[in-house]
Amino acid sequence: MTQQQDKYTWFDKPANVKKIIVALCVVCALLFIADFFYHKHAHFGIEKVFGFYAIYGFVMCVLLVLAAKVMRVLLMRDEDYYD
Amino acid sequence: MIEGLNPALILIFGALLVPLFPHPWRTAYVVFLPLLSMLQLVLHPLGTFAEVPLYGMVLETFRVDNLSFIFGLIFHIAAVLGVIYAIHDDDPVHPTAGLMYAGAAVGAAFAGDLVTLFIYWELTAISSVFLIWARRTESAFKAGMRYLIIQIGSGVILLAGLVLHFSETGSITFGEMSLDTIGGKLIFLAFGIKCAFPFLHNWLQDTYPEATASGTVLLSAFTTKLAVYALARGYAGNDILIWIGAIMTAFPIFYAVIENDLRRVLAYSLNNQLGFMVVAIGIGSPLALNGAAAHAFCHILYKALLFMSMGAVLLRTGTCKGSELGGLYKSMPFTTVCCIIGAASISAFPLFSGFVSKSMIVSAVASEHLTLVWLMLIFASAGVFHHSGIKIPYFAFFAHDSGIRCEEAPISMRIAMGITAALCIGIGVFPGALYAILPYPVDYVPYTVAHVITQLQLLMYSALAFTVMMLWKIYPPELRSTVLDTDWLYRRALARTVPRALDAVFERIHSLQAVALYNTIITVKRAGNAFARSALARDNTSTSMVTWVLLALAVSIAWGLRG
Repeated sequence: MTQQQDKYTWFDKPANVKKIIVALCVVCALLFIADFFYHKHAHFGIEKVFGFYAIYGFVMCVLLVLAAKVMRVLLMRDEDYYD
Repeated sequence: MIEGLNPALILIFGALLVPLFPHPWRTAYVVFLPLLSMLQLVLHPLGTFAEVPLYGMVLETFRVDNLSFIFGLIFHIAAVLGVIYAIHDDDPVHPTAGLMYAGAAVGAAFAGDLVTLFIYWELTAISSVFLIWARRTESAFKAGMRYLIIQIGSGVILLAGLVLHFSETGSITFGEMSLDTIGGKLIFLAFGIKCAFPFLHNWLQDTYPEATASGTVLLSAFTTKLAVYALARGYAGNDILIWIGAIMTAFPIFYAVIENDLRRVLAYSLNNQLGFMVVAIGIGSPLALNGAAAHAFCHILYKALLFMSMGAVLLRTGTCKGSELGGLYKSMPFTTVCCIIGAASISAFPLFSGFVSKSMIVSAVASEHLTLVWLMLIFASAGVFHHSGIKIPYFAFFAHDSGIRCEEAPISMRIAMGITAALCIGIGVFPGALYAILPYPVDYVPYTVAHVITQLQLLMYSALAFTVMMLWKIYPPELRSTVLDTDWLYRRALARTVPRALDAVFERIHSLQAVALYNTIITVKRAGNAFARSALARDNTSTSMVTWVLLALAVSIAWGLRG
């Protein structure tokens, strides 16, 4: 519990957290556009869809979390369930 | 180098001496021992050595080839890192059990026959349970018992399988085996239990998070990767493994999203990573098997690194629950950086180790044009970043500030984490060194423009999904909870029904304990007889005897697992 450890850090400023989020969005946009500029060596038809990996990654992660929320309703018990 | 000396024996017998050393010397000894053993392995020529005749069979106790070498090597590296990490504990249980466990895994990897494999297989179970019990809590003791019953059960099934396999084929060689015979099926089942196949998986998530900080690091390295090796040796190219593996990559990540104990989250993602290796073994092409071996190698390192960082958090804060943690980057900056490196590696970011191994497996699946399996693996790749890559570092070190202020991890833990993190980056940047020791010649380029961009798209959009759901408060918060998995079957359902049913059956019998003891003796005697007869005389009655032993085993497992 030293004063040293309680110093105010870069991450504590909401403005900086916002900067990270903006940077992430910019990177995502650039990666989407990048699909124009290289040749995909596609093994599957679906791979040729423009921005396939980006769309699939985003959609599947949202579905993953929504499905997990449903699982929580069905499978979640108290912490001391087995005690 | 002594030709024919199995490094497993150096580790196992060396481990027995650990408690004899007084404190400062013990530290030097436990680090020196696996390094010495590793030197013996690296300098040793390929071939089969130390053959022991036994009742007309020949036990090939030390077989070094390209496949066993890479597993033997990574087991040694994991042992060195694990004991360095455990120095802080000053508890002789960790290095003693850990080095013996490592030795057993090395011995099993170098076993050229099934009898030798069985002996080391059981030794991994017996030695490793002490890493769970070292926590010295009641819940760890019970978890250790469940672990032991399932691990020993796997060994007994392996024994039954090898006896039948011997009577079916006349061979005890540990090589390619068939799934068409009963013996082959039983051996496959024994491997599948240790490999945490779906529905056989839950011992892993149940027990690894119950071990000590150092114990879980050691546990995560050996048992499951030994099973991966055994499957690659015995059942490569069996299509069923492709589907088993694909399911393994996908289902644990749903649990990982809602699990609160961050070491349990890591246990689920361990299960998910094993799935990639199992798919590759099912494909069985040289590229795929190279991918499985390379991924096992990288996985042992980054998974150890992630468990090390969470172990440090457990040591310093007393908990690994996401609901209690947050903001620890202020107190533990070094651990935070190491955790992020482990997270980037498991997520297969370019320039980190997971990228150069997982892309081999995904490429192997693509070149076989298995569309559905490929879609599942891509989903699992995005999902693993979602829960291991983001959730673990985010909820432990960032998120809302829990107000916990603690010390940075002790120096020995920082050294172990630092070396492991360097290896994760080193392999990612210079994959050539890893590719040079893979079982088959490598003709694979991981860093192509298409590979790098598609992987970054997948990962960054997974991160975007996480961010959007956090901002819109869709993402499920970390809650103190128990999430039911298949262990519910034996910890609750069977525990409440089987004993009552048995009590009803035995209620007229004066002493249940006496009956149980009598039955145990009979079972052991029958098991011994069955093996002796079949191994020595190839008696066909062994089949029925084995059936009885398995039945007795099933009943005793159901009995032992309750509660």
